[in-house]
Amino acid sequence: MTRPNLLHKMFSRADVWLATLVLLVIVALAVAAPLIYPKGPWAMGGRPFLGPAGDLRFPLGTDTNGRNILAGLIWGGRVSLVIGLVSTAVAVSIGVLIGAVAGYAGGRVDAALMRFTEIFQVVPGFALALVLVAVLQPSAGSIVLAIGVVSWPPVTRLVRAEFLSLRSRDFVYAAQLQGQSSLRIMFRQILPNVASPIIVMGSLMVATAILLESSLSFLGLGDPNRMSWGFMVGASRTVLRQAWWMATFPGLAIAVTVLALNVLGEALNDALGSQSGKR
Amino acid sequence: MTHSAVSRGRDNMTASLTPLLTVEGLNIALPPGADRPLAVEGAEFTLYPGRTLCIVGESGSGKSTIADAVIGLLPRPHLRPAAGRILFEGRDLLTLPETAMRRLRGAEIGMVFQEPMAALNPLMKIGAQLEEVLEIHLDLPASERRTRALAALNDVGLPRVEEICDSYPSRLSGGQRQRVVIACAMMLEPKLLICDEPTTALDVTTQAQILALIADLQKRRGTGVLFITHDFGVVSEIADDVIVMRQGLIEEAGPAAQVLRNPASAYTRQLIDAIPTGTAQQRPDPGGAPLLEIEGLRRVYSLPGKLFRAPRQVEALKGISLSLAAGQTIGIVGESGSGKSTLGRLVVGLEKPDGGSLRVKGRPLVAHRFDGRVQMIFQDPFASLNPKISIGETIAIGPITKGVPRAQAWARTEELLELVGLRAEAARRYPHEFSGGQRQRVGIARALAMDPELIVADEPVSALDVSVQAQVLDLFESLQKRLNFAMLFITHDLRVAARMCDQLAVMQRGEIVETGPSHEVLRAPRHTYTRTLLAAIPQLFSQTEREFN
Amino acid sequence: MNRLSFLIGRICQGILALFAIATLNFFLIRAAPGDPAAVMAGEAGAVDEKFLQVVRLQYGLDLPILQQWWIYISGIARLDLGYSYRQQASVASLILERLPATLVLTICAFVFSLVVGVTLGVLAARKPGSLTDRLIGFLALIFYAAPMYWLALMAVLIFSIRLGWLPAFGYQSIGADYHGLEALLDRMRHLVLPTLALSFFYVAIYTRMTRANMIAMSQMAFVKTARAKGAGETRIQLRHVLRNALLPVVTLAGLQAGNMVGGAIMTETVFAWPGVGRLMFDALMQRDYSLLLGAFLITAALAIIFNIITDIIYTLVDPRIAL
Repeated sequence: MTRPNLLHKMFSRADVWLATLVLLVIVALAVAAPLIYPKGPWAMGGRPFLGPAGDLRFPLGTDTNGRNILAGLIWGGRVSLVIGLVSTAVAVSIGVLIGAVAGYAGGRVDAALMRFTEIFQVVPGFALALVLVAVLQPSAGSIVLAIGVVSWPPVTRLVRAEFLSLRSRDFVYAAQLQGQSSLRIMFRQILPNVASPIIVMGSLMVATAILLESSLSFLGLGDPNRMSWGFMVGASRTVLRQAWWMATFPGLAIAVTVLALNVLGEALNDALGSQSGKR
Repeated sequence: MTHSAVSRGRDNMTASLTPLLTVEGLNIALPPGADRPLAVEGAEFTLYPGRTLCIVGESGSGKSTIADAVIGLLPRPHLRPAAGRILFEGRDLLTLPETAMRRLRGAEIGMVFQEPMAALNPLMKIGAQLEEVLEIHLDLPASERRTRALAALNDVGLPRVEEICDSYPSRLSGGQRQRVVIACAMMLEPKLLICDEPTTALDVTTQAQILALIADLQKRRGTGVLFITHDFGVVSEIADDVIVMRQGLIEEAGPAAQVLRNPASAYTRQLIDAIPTGTAQQRPDPGGAPLLEIEGLRRVYSLPGKLFRAPRQVEALKGISLSLAAGQTIGIVGESGSGKSTLGRLVVGLEKPDGGSLRVKGRPLVAHRFDGRVQMIFQDPFASLNPKISIGETIAIGPITKGVPRAQAWARTEELLELVGLRAEAARRYPHEFSGGQRQRVGIARALAMDPELIVADEPVSALDVSVQAQVLDLFESLQKRLNFAMLFITHDLRVAARMCDQLAVMQRGEIVETGPSHEVLRAPRHTYTRTLLAAIPQLFSQTEREFN
Repeated sequence: MNRLSFLIGRICQGILALFAIATLNFFLIRAAPGDPAAVMAGEAGAVDEKFLQVVRLQYGLDLPILQQWWIYISGIARLDLGYSYRQQASVASLILERLPATLVLTICAFVFSLVVGVTLGVLAARKPGSLTDRLIGFLALIFYAAPMYWLALMAVLIFSIRLGWLPAFGYQSIGADYHGLEALLDRMRHLVLPTLALSFFYVAIYTRMTRANMIAMSQMAFVKTARAKGAGETRIQLRHVLRNALLPVVTLAGLQAGNMVGGAIMTETVFAWPGVGRLMFDALMQRDYSLLLGAFLITAALAIIFNIITDIIYTLVDPRIAL
């Protein structure tokens, strides 16, 4: 199947259109945040505990310090998206490298790398991320590192399994008999055949990374200089009785973003899956 | 004409019987967007009790679809009957409600499938899977069910039935599993047994045993058998009547002897002619220094345990010695597990031997150091080409790696593509645009691009339809005449080997049991195993008849 | 290889993993910004130098790093996880005290999510593309996408604050002097919301995986064999499809059990549930790193144990694994 066909197949579904639209809006708002709310998310502009739709300047209400919830949402989106993308890139890079080597080399190298991976896989990921960020002190860097470190094992397993099975495919033997180098076979012959599942997994991992970041922020381990959705929900925890909107809207923002990413990831999976099924 | 032709060919005794199964004007629709609207169009035939009707055809002919339709297991909604009737003892199965259909399945109509490895539930013991048939259709006490399950296993010739009853399918071999599936199907003595390529996945000697078993059960019980196959050899072994299908249409129908000897349709004639006869001509001995010399080659694997077998070290090759002269072809013939593919992988250097020596033109061949002088052609035309890389690059990359300038390598690639019967413009296209036979041609071009001294061909035609198979074999012959490479031709099919090879080496359990010029080995086999193999090949005509021809 | 040696192998592997985690812990403390002694003491603002000296001596912080590491590891081997200067108690005793509450919560959520997830998955797979399937799929997607802590807060908003059906926090009513059955019921009422909140995400993944496996398995050849035997739909779904579809779900559940213990950190924080998770949150707030890392080690140990149990169950259920 050719590329236009793939897109056509994906966008024949209404939910994919909706998800794309939602994501585009979120990205646009996040990019335009300094234009929409130039004073930033921390500016205390209004009366504290103002409910939604009470004041047109604060359509989603204000928090305990009179900060605009909507401004927080728009600025917070920047953090979620950037950390989600960067930490996924980190995790995919680690995962592909280790998985490719393990799967292609096989034998003892594979066994050793997989034992190593299993350790990371069996450790509760969230707890590890939390400990890492807590000890290294919360910052965008430590959060990306922590999410990257806990997210790579599934990529490794996927890539390793694919490499392991593709390695004994006849076309790889043929390439060996032609005298091609191992490095070339790994990256030129095998990797393109694994690209689709990696892309699908990566798109779903961005969603998981956003969830992880928000959970860390919820527990007060977010980057203290940047407003984030998780932090906003965390701040509302103790005033839930007085201000339901403080918890509801940022959580909704996370849920909608993650949902949209999942819909897209799965549509991609279906489209690419049927493509590879055709051989 | 189809219906009447079948009736006319029947002798007087069976003509008085009422038909067991009559198919009338059956159309089966494919989903919209398929390459043709109907998978099966206007199918007509009649099967009488105690007779065997073979439906023969190449892949995509619609033969299996008919089998599925009769037992009511078409993968709906993709495939659905669009017209016609399927009368089983006078009742139209197409209009029968699902509950009534379920009562027939397993009790009156049994079915055996192609893939014995996948046909049994991996999480259920064999006994439970047999007893399930009884649970569904009869109300019997547990002890009685067990007794009948054991009897059914006995009936299909399995040893140590108690032990097998308590085993899971993973511990049985392919042949054993197929016997279990047959036991399941025959348990309640159905009047109709449908066999969908039941021996295609099996070795030739196992195939002969399974065919004999089906024939024996049929004779004892008077079952009518609807047998789907692609192999005319199998047809001649078991069929009373034959239907030849092509692209969903019945091409020809009639009594087996008539269709096989005097096919009315050109297509049938072509299919039958494409089958190698299994006789080899005497070929001149070229003499000269050997190109490939193998001495005492050994290879040992560790294998996990199976039923009746503890985990152990297996000697895949127990000291193989052979030699091959330039421009000659040696056939390595054997069944699965004989070590023939291992030998091929050692000769190309993909695996390291555990002993012995390998020399090409006097120079030792070092494993995992690939200098390109030995190339391989693979069995599966789909797995042997990288789907993400263009045909041209797949072929040209070898010479380029060797240091040939890019432009020169590409020019040679286009030349080679034409040499193997493709067009030069194929270089820019990707594997999915080609058929199995065409891909195999690309694989051959890839091997030739390296200017090899020796080509190892590992079952190069066994995944192809018989008509395509003949074309690819022709190509091998003409290329070898022109380019004079030596070939190690690995195959399970003695008929193919007979046609292709100057020399034959018959392998069994890691050893060469017999070797010599092809025509001698085939005409006067010295080893009992070679004789067994030869006898197991389904023959189109009897030996005397062939010699008479 | 027999079952016993397999089991011993897995336990060795688990111990090795714990050893690796302990080593990670050791280096983390030294990687943290600031004086390790202050870090271990919980750097309670104005810690006097004398006190830090005591800490240094106790942990041998003036010794070469390998020796320090050996002291740390051998301490853990004796189940000595350190001392929390904040709480004035040994880390091990603090964790041990909170462990039962966490186990009750995670085991409840584990069972609940597996049962509900598999049931929903089976229902959805019965007719792919049907209304039921799409509804269940949508529900699963929401459970999957919404952050666990947010679902917990929303559950509190609706069921405690708005409707007043269930208690919002704690593990028993404070001040109400219940006995016997009443006390049990009271605790169960407190357990409902935390269990639900912790389960949602896992319900979603088990639903999706069960559905996918059921659909994949119903394409297998052995299902066709069963149909050819005349088996009815119920028998085919339960005896042939479901049994084979559940195996990978069991593996996944075993892997996820560890993550569930991690997820309990958030649930316990929201519901003030007195378990190890809440303890970790408090340690986090107070920068009590000895306690935090100790609790992390125990969390990891629990995850490893769940994993080994799953592996054992797996080898018992799947006859293809020749042991």
